[in-house]
Amino acid sequence: MAIRRGRGIAAINYPTGMNLGGDPTQALVHSTPTGNFMVTLSSVDLGQGMKQIMAQICAETIGVPTDRVVIDTADTDTGPHCMGTFASRGTHRAGNAVIQAAKEARQVMLEVAAEELEVNASDLETDGQGNIQVKGAPQKSISIFDVALSAHFKRGRSISGRGMFLIPRSYPEKETGAMKPSTCYAHACTVAEVEVDDETGEVTVLTVKNVFEIGRALNPKMVEQQLVGGSWMGISHALSETTEPYYPNRDHGGTDFNQYLMPGPGDLAETEIIVLERPSADGPFGAKGPGEMCANPQIPAVANAVFDAVGVRIDTLPITPERILRALKAQAAG
Amino acid sequence: MELRKDYFADVRKDGLHEIGQPRPRLDSPGHVTGKTAYFADRNFPGMLHLKMVRSPHHHARIRSIDASEAEKHPGVVRVLTAKDVPHNVYTILILIQIGPEDETVLADGKVRWKGEAVVAVLAETERAAQEAAAKVKVDYEVLPAVFDMEEALKPGAPLVNEYHGQNYYLYDSGECRKVRFGDVEAGFAQADHILEQSYQSSPIEHAPTETTGCVVAPEGNDRFTCYTNTQAMFFTLDNTSIILQMPGSKLHFVGGTVGGGFGGKVDVIVEPIAILGAKLTGRPVCFIYSREEEMQISSPRAAEKVVIKDGVMKDGRIVARKVTGYTDAGAYSRHSPYGAQKGAAHYPGPYTIPNVWIDTYCVYTNRTPSSAMRGFGVTIGDFALEVQMDKLARLIGMDPLEFRFINAYRDGDMKAHRQPTEGAALIECMQEASRAANWPVAEKYMAMSSYRKGV
Repeated sequence: MAIRRGRGIAAINYPTGMNLGGDPTQALVHSTPTGNFMVTLSSVDLGQGMKQIMAQICAETIGVPTDRVVIDTADTDTGPHCMGTFASRGTHRAGNAVIQAAKEARQVMLEVAAEELEVNASDLETDGQGNIQVKGAPQKSISIFDVALSAHFKRGRSISGRGMFLIPRSYPEKETGAMKPSTCYAHACTVAEVEVDDETGEVTVLTVKNVFEIGRALNPKMVEQQLVGGSWMGISHALSETTEPYYPNRDHGGTDFNQYLMPGPGDLAETEIIVLERPSADGPFGAKGPGEMCANPQIPAVANAVFDAVGVRIDTLPITPERILRALKAQAAG
Repeated sequence: MELRKDYFADVRKDGLHEIGQPRPRLDSPGHVTGKTAYFADRNFPGMLHLKMVRSPHHHARIRSIDASEAEKHPGVVRVLTAKDVPHNVYTILILIQIGPEDETVLADGKVRWKGEAVVAVLAETERAAQEAAAKVKVDYEVLPAVFDMEEALKPGAPLVNEYHGQNYYLYDSGECRKVRFGDVEAGFAQADHILEQSYQSSPIEHAPTETTGCVVAPEGNDRFTCYTNTQAMFFTLDNTSIILQMPGSKLHFVGGTVGGGFGGKVDVIVEPIAILGAKLTGRPVCFIYSREEEMQISSPRAAEKVVIKDGVMKDGRIVARKVTGYTDAGAYSRHSPYGAQKGAAHYPGPYTIPNVWIDTYCVYTNRTPSSAMRGFGVTIGDFALEVQMDKLARLIGMDPLEFRFINAYRDGDMKAHRQPTEGAALIECMQEASRAANWPVAEKYMAMSSYRKGV
């Protein structure tokens, strides 16, 4: 009886969105009298940071710092339609809608600034700090604060914009299955290293090295939070979780976190995250949807590592000590 | 985390002001100090609590319901049964024309899974609602149940759901969603080796910190405000409008700040019945799942069975792949017909294979209805595909990573569902993994690229 070590690899891709029903999201953007920007949506922040990312996308597009943007979501009396936060679609679909709305608002903002500065709007640029200046002559500038005041009280202009992003519905062809179910694809490759106790069947994930290609890391810290969490969830799925431990038997299902087991802080694998960025053609600043994909490759990587360690294949999830011991017993019996 | 900017630098414009910057989240201070308001932080004077009477049987006919003792229980304000729900038989994907309506808000004449909602009790306190729910007498005639997908598909199996008429979802393509590409039998005929393997998963729980729920307040203007943690505001509002036969203009949903979803909050379950309760009593109503309900009543990730048959050459090329996928929807559709179909498009994985045959089935059994979850329609498929890839590599005596390079899709390659590959990056992910994990591969694989000239 011994502790045996093994490692396994898996490589995957993941689709963004759900076009098999049509996939629309809208956004509205407007300026307050002092040049702060409101983004109105009905998209849902599940805790992953949707509001923060929409603020950064709006800020980048209009040309102001992120703290000048406020996200107002999700109130159906004010927010325009969004299909919802699922299918790795939130950042991609809502982000594109916010860009379109913000571009329209930015254009009005530049037109008002042009009138104030007595130049052409096409000669103006934003400095990203809250000012609008003449290209090549930055000393000739006006603050967005003053532009917004002018728009509201002097020029009678609404600095606002409407955004709509729709991926039209794809109907699968009956006989061939030809269809366009999603747009861009994220990618991943994971290597997991495990120890398996061949006496108890217990698996310890020592290290997990994840490489993710996600189009564009719009906010790298938030990408990290998502990818580290996803990696943990994948390992948990591989080794621990089920509501029906003896599926298809319905008995022995957990009803609280004492019975429904997941790895705790002491069980965390040493986790490495590496991110590549190949911008997608249709994503906001090239972003793809990494939210779901990041929890997938660890599962087969761990399964393959268990085989590498003890030479038995567990083709049923989760890979519990009981299943490993039964397989080892069967292997020993020849 | 390490950002490897050297990959794809030629197609990326860096140096933006706000994008690519690790700005602190504006909502973090509220989350970590307990100041962020979630739906359950709403509390209204006179608010009622809703508790469900649930089926103790996997499959049974309801002979009668006697709620007279429950109605007399102190604190009980109203008891609801199927006849109180205006449009009781519904299905959520009807909004994108995927029917038939196959599920009841409150069971009507029959229950099809253990835990199904039968009677709703509204009371002044949670405890009174719970105690009264225990006093509702339901007379059941237990029916044979089926739990195993293969058993369910056999002739003569107990029929789970009469609205479908058979124990699988009927697509326009027939009993399964199909993908056909090339000639899979010709591929198998030319292959040096054939490997057929079967993979299985069990249902799992989303395990959000915040359980599913809502708080409903009737407004003075004949409208209802519903504070909810749904993942999809208008999807839930529009389905509620259908179920309650109430114009959407009467409904006002407020949400957007949720304590974890993972796909577990895209079914429309708590809102319609809570709003109905508020309408019929004129009182605010809250309906919040207990942890036990979250784990055993709310939809889990579906169990799946995946059978993969591959034809592979000694040089490492996969020349044919046939996949049969089964998704265990439980007793009702919810999002499962969509998930099974999404799976059909995901196979055969990120590999270029000339001959592909895919069948994916959405199967009904007498268990908790499954639905969307992070990785919907894909996660279990990836487990099966990537374990199969490991087995194939070992079968032909090849390094598992090099074997994947040989088959990896690249820009312009036609996928089995007839979409050309764009923006591929699998090869680069594997190259970086090779380096990071010190898993060496031959130089020719490190020199590969997802780009193709002229694409």
